[in-house]
Amino acid sequence: MRDTLRIPLEPWPTLAVIAVLALLPAVALAVGQPFYVVFATRVLIYALIATSLNLLIGYVGLVSFGHAAFVGAGAYTVAVLMAAGIASAWLLWPAAIVVAALLALLIGAISLRTRGVYFIMITLAFAQMVYYLVVSLRVLGSDDGLTLGARPTIGLVSLDRDTSFYYVALAILLAALLAMRALLNAPFGRALQGIRDNEIRMEAIGFPTYRLKLLAFVIAGAAAGLGGGLLASLNGLVGPNLLHWPESGVLMIMVILGGTGRLLGGVLGAAALLIAQEALAGQTIHWPLAIGVVLLAVVLFAPQGLSGLIRRGGAGS
Amino acid sequence: MTLPPTLIAEQLLNGLQLGLMLFLLAAGLTLVFGIMDMINLAHGSLYMIGAYLAAAVTEASGSFLLGIAGAIAGTALVGIALEVALLRRLYRRSHLSQVLATFAVILIANEVVRMIWGSQPILLAMPAALSGPVELGGFRYPAYRLVVIGAGLAIALLLYLLVTRSRAGMWVRAGASDREMAEVMGVDTRTLFTLVFAIGAALCAVAGALLGPLLAVQVGMGENILILAFVVITIGGIGSIRGALVGALLVGLIDTAGRAFLPFLFRQMFPAVVAAEAGPAVASMLIYMLMAAVLFFRPTGLFPARG
Repeated sequence: MRDTLRIPLEPWPTLAVIAVLALLPAVALAVGQPFYVVFATRVLIYALIATSLNLLIGYVGLVSFGHAAFVGAGAYTVAVLMAAGIASAWLLWPAAIVVAALLALLIGAISLRTRGVYFIMITLAFAQMVYYLVVSLRVLGSDDGLTLGARPTIGLVSLDRDTSFYYVALAILLAALLAMRALLNAPFGRALQGIRDNEIRMEAIGFPTYRLKLLAFVIAGAAAGLGGGLLASLNGLVGPNLLHWPESGVLMIMVILGGTGRLLGGVLGAAALLIAQEALAGQTIHWPLAIGVVLLAVVLFAPQGLSGLIRRGGAGS
Repeated sequence: MTLPPTLIAEQLLNGLQLGLMLFLLAAGLTLVFGIMDMINLAHGSLYMIGAYLAAAVTEASGSFLLGIAGAIAGTALVGIALEVALLRRLYRRSHLSQVLATFAVILIANEVVRMIWGSQPILLAMPAALSGPVELGGFRYPAYRLVVIGAGLAIALLLYLLVTRSRAGMWVRAGASDREMAEVMGVDTRTLFTLVFAIGAALCAVAGALLGPLLAVQVGMGENILILAFVVITIGGIGSIRGALVGALLVGLIDTAGRAFLPFLFRQMFPAVVAAEAGPAVASMLIYMLMAAVLFFRPTGLFPARG
């Protein structure tokens, strides 16, 4: 292999997966399960959020335990602006991105002074501060959160139709994945992976590692904010649970489960975890036990996560 | 209007009590982390198991002391089983694999406890002899809480002596500052790891049993206190037992004092509307602000164990 870092675009499998995803709402409606369109939309949004975290964990080596803060920032931005009378998604979602990016700039600028486990804990600290701030503010609904009333509008397409929302979310996820692939194949992405593997060496050969890491942190936060904004628009409500630390933990679990440092790791992890929950919760009240056993099996038998498993199977070894 | 000194004294004792219990949890966590380089999220589950075992044995035997003893023995056994069966395979794996595996252990432990004892919180009654208050130089303080403080102090002292004065403690400290060098110098780290893990689990059980009568014994009780324990060891510096003690007392005192006094202070300083919202919020945030500030000025905690 001549170029080991470059992420290839395999056109045929990619197109096949996109075709399946594009047909999914039609199938769900045909079998009389429209609920699954909303569920699939939620999976797509969590795939976006987990992918943004994977950029940090998998490609820069920054294990952030506070990613829920950016999801929450985006979600609450959309909720507050909608309450103020703004209904256009063209304004709401960019606003969610900007607010989350600014929060990420603030938190990242301080947190990136620390390394390793201490970075995990300081990002947790800031996320918890944001959580308690939101819980205490009556304008943000305190413990109850806010309801949005309606879904945003996006030009001629009405997001009130679940199928339309699904396709919008799918388009955003695909665009985000293409952007992430381009970013990782660009010199900036190579520099990030260099920092992950040996930061001191990167610093020694002249890369401004702090600024590069901060930029990656802001990009990931902005994408998570967009995910939060989409989530708020889909659900029609936001609550402080969206910002609490277990949410950050679940996002991290999605990334590790799917495979850190794989382009589709976040997507696979989010889909696997949410689908497993959905499928098992209908069968038994003790579904977390089953999830726990599956996660243990993944750690012990698939060290690279689910995407490692797929890649191994594909290579035929 | 000023705060009565007896109220301040009472809150300081409450803070001391919380700090000492946090130390029991943080001590095991920081040693496991420091020596084995292992992130063990399931530490909080051991605390939960300890509380449930204490409740079950107390209920069956009618003796709170027997309950504590049973909890210690049972939880240590669970800890050893966990270490031998699972965690031992993870020491050489990445932190992320450890996070995923021990998160899975949390899910499994919570569900197993739910299957055995049900979803409702169960009762762990304090000994009748300790349920009343005692007169303490001008104010009354619950006798049971005093006993918890006394027990916490005694165990903290014992642990401190064990780690700083005994041969096994020397191995532990050697392992925390440089594991490979300790191995080369002939420390049997395999057995040492299991021992440290068993002691950590036993300390969890003590904390769970002692706090059981004061807090609810319920599924999921381990998770929030686990986060507090992580805050403690981060402030103290990971791997340092002294850091864990200082961090635990800081967090216990600041959290308790913040919740008790900040709303009062804010009412004096700000208009009532602002104070009503800001007081409780800032009180909840205090320990996280403390941790962020500590890491800002000392990026590896107050007492770094390494280098």
